[in-house]
Amino acid sequence: MIFGLIEYEEKMVTEASLQMVTFGLNVAETSGDEFVALLIGARETATLTEMLGKYGVAKVIEAGHENLSDYAPVAWASIISQLMTENSPQIVMGPGTDLGNEVMAHLAAMTDLPMAANCSAVTPGDPFQITRLRWGSSLLEEAVQTGDCKLMTIAPFVVEAEEVSAPAEPAVQTFEPTLTEKDLLVRIIRREADETEGVTLKNANVVIGGGRGVGNPEAYSLLEELAGMLNGAVGCSRVATNNGWRPHSDQVGLTGTRISPTLYIACGISGAIQHLVGCKGADKIMVINKDPEAAFFGKADFGVLGDLHEVIPAVIEELKKQSA
Amino acid sequence: MNILVCVKRVPDIGSRIDLTEDRQAIVTKNLGFCISPHEECAVEEAIQLVEKHGGQSTVLTLGPAEAIEQLRDSLARGIDRGILIETDQPEWDSIETAAALIDVIRAENEKEPFDLILFGNESADSTGCQVGIRVAHGLDLPCLASVKKLEIGDGDTTASREVDSGWEVFSLPMPALVTVKEGINLPRYPSLRGTMKAKKKPLDRLSANKIGAGLQMQQLVHPPEQKKEVNMLGEGPAAASRIIEVIKSLEVI
Repeated sequence: MIFGLIEYEEKMVTEASLQMVTFGLNVAETSGDEFVALLIGARETATLTEMLGKYGVAKVIEAGHENLSDYAPVAWASIISQLMTENSPQIVMGPGTDLGNEVMAHLAAMTDLPMAANCSAVTPGDPFQITRLRWGSSLLEEAVQTGDCKLMTIAPFVVEAEEVSAPAEPAVQTFEPTLTEKDLLVRIIRREADETEGVTLKNANVVIGGGRGVGNPEAYSLLEELAGMLNGAVGCSRVATNNGWRPHSDQVGLTGTRISPTLYIACGISGAIQHLVGCKGADKIMVINKDPEAAFFGKADFGVLGDLHEVIPAVIEELKKQSA
Repeated sequence: MNILVCVKRVPDIGSRIDLTEDRQAIVTKNLGFCISPHEECAVEEAIQLVEKHGGQSTVLTLGPAEAIEQLRDSLARGIDRGILIETDQPEWDSIETAAALIDVIRAENEKEPFDLILFGNESADSTGCQVGIRVAHGLDLPCLASVKKLEIGDGDTTASREVDSGWEVFSLPMPALVTVKEGINLPRYPSLRGTMKAKKKPLDRLSANKIGAGLQMQQLVHPPEQKKEVNMLGEGPAAASRIIEVIKSLEVI
């Protein structure tokens, strides 16, 4: 049996979880195991279960508890650990997200088992081999995982979530866990809505990024003007954040936001690996840099050799002329 | 408040990563080293909390003798004391690292217990996402990962983390262990005065036994490279009209 921990937001299974389902079903097919989705603490279980069915899940275990009203990491891990005792799964996987990595790490600590975070490939057998992403996917580690049950998270986007051609309604089993006060000690006490409206770095169709080459915080007004004309958002590299030029919420990269616009225009950014990790979701990348040796040119679809302080104003002027 | 921060020395990679011939490590000959980004913020958070609430802070790392550099760097920023668990073996998996940290923290707790233990959410190099949580279980502490806002109350702490829809807010009784993410603050650079003062701050060296990895690394490999052929649109302001052609052809305007 393979357990797959499902992360959800209200009535939706998250994209990372659906990808994990596709990944997990593939592993189950190879090893001849049954894939079972775990839905913990969910209220809208019917909608979620139906969605899981569309992606090929044939069995769901639902586990709720009267004292589990919202996410509580230790309680979630404790429930999985109780299910492990009852079912002895070979593998327990979760999505490689903040929540997935957190729950699986708690489970690993409770059961004293190794946990492989952010896996991109799994070959069940003896030895049990996994490949996982390091350095934010710039490097892969091939490793042998020990332990009776293999705990892991699946890195987002290593597979596309795939709907199956003949979806069936999953069989649902309910499980009543025992939860202690300690399991529920750390839990969400409230949620605060994000007040930013309109175009954000995450949802923008066009992102204009500025790095070291922008030179000072004031010069970002150029990028903002262009972003405004293209209904896009302004992003930056880690250098700009560390220099205090832009807030961290603008940072594109490994430790910032991962963006996926149609077009990313990177201005004065050299193209360090940590930044590339954040923008590889862009359909097209245009690099404007005065250094012909900038590594970013090698990762771009379009390149302009030139100083952004001259090129961007020219683009703005030309756009104004054309719309006049 | 008595605060502990755990950090890791990692190579400061640029635009490419080269592997050693045996594929067991990154070639670091021409690279500098730093503290993992999330942990740099953990160090800053500890300094700010002590500035605000009083008390003292300690930085702890497990690594080679050279990791003294990263401890000194933390001391120069404002941490009061450093502890190095020195090892000559490069790859410690999460279980091994957590076990060594737990032993040292237990011994420290007997002298003067920590109110708050800070980690980075994950290290830049191994991205295991679990050492902090394993340490919390070993020490029987409440724990929360991925924190981007932290407020200390009377015997408890309010910790928030960012999700797509906004913020999730948690409350933890103290002592507690929290792993933080970059963005929680803007780390300061060490000042010259701080660097001078750091030389006089206490630094302990300890050792630990490697208990055996549960996740045994075989080798590191590069992901398959997606070669791109860049289409150069021109030089300088003269490229403006071709830039706009591209923008229009992508129908983003």
